[in-house]
Amino acid sequence: MDPVATFLEMGGYGRFVWPAFAFTALVLAGLLVQSLRTLKSREAQLAFLRDAVERTRPTRGEAREA
Amino acid sequence: MFAPSGQVARMSRFANPNRFLRWSDRLVPWLATVTGVLFAVGLYWALVASPPDYQQGESVRIMYVHVPAAWMALFCYTAMAGAAAVGLIWKHPLADLIAKATAPIGAAFTLLALVTGALWGKPMWGTWWVWDARLTSVLVLFFLYLGYIALNSAFDEPGRGARASAILALVGLVNVPIIKFSVDWWYTLHQPASVIRLEGPAIHASMLWPLLLMAAAFTSYYFWVLAVRVRGEIMAHKIRALRLRQAYG
Repeated sequence: MDPVATFLEMGGYGRFVWPAFAFTALVLAGLLVQSLRTLKSREAQLAFLRDAVERTRPTRGEAREA
Repeated sequence: MFAPSGQVARMSRFANPNRFLRWSDRLVPWLATVTGVLFAVGLYWALVASPPDYQQGESVRIMYVHVPAAWMALFCYTAMAGAAAVGLIWKHPLADLIAKATAPIGAAFTLLALVTGALWGKPMWGTWWVWDARLTSVLVLFFLYLGYIALNSAFDEPGRGARASAILALVGLVNVPIIKFSVDWWYTLHQPASVIRLEGPAIHASMLWPLLLMAAAFTSYYFWVLAVRVRGEIMAHKIRALRLRQAYG
């Protein structure tokens, strides 16, 4: 039997070992992506709001930095 | 609440989160790199370089994700409750955000511990699940996380949500030692602690090192995602403060 197939078979436990690792990878990657996306969209939203404040009250622009 | 003096107080409290924004900006790339390297080496060691168990065969490799996930589930809960207590007692705004940001990460680790545990239990015990003290108390931990998340976001005013959920987190803290010692106190299929015990690890170095490496990878991942999520929470607060100023100032 070729070594790759032997590795994937995991001594007969492949159908338990691989789902365990795959599910872990899926959950950790999913949470990371969700966290990064949320941060990016909030940063964009904040920049947009600050921009809007600058436009409406340009004289008090320096005090915007929260 | 929206009087100028109140606003000044709110803004000055954000001096601290602003410091966090500055140093976390430098820290995040490092945490990302360290997490990536630790996972690469850890996974190779766990899946390829470490030996199969003499009783459990190759199924023992599930340990390298199951045990770090379970450790981190408990670590995150303790960190969450600790941060929530600091927020509750000293009204430290960053502590509340750390507690809130930790909750979903801890919930994910708990879910991983439960699912990988079931995938390990089926070939070793012959069942996906038993209602024993260890498994049940970890399931309770998962629901405590969900309850915390729900309660934290159940109020219009974030401060009230933080206070209410902090109390839940502290009450639920009693579950942590129950989980840790459940394998000693009650009859269970689950094996007892083999790494963190008074007599020293009962696990061979060829498995202990990849396990510790994977645990380090999980820990580094936690701090990475925590930094990202706390930054996100600070942004949400800034957005909220800016909207309030637009509406009332």
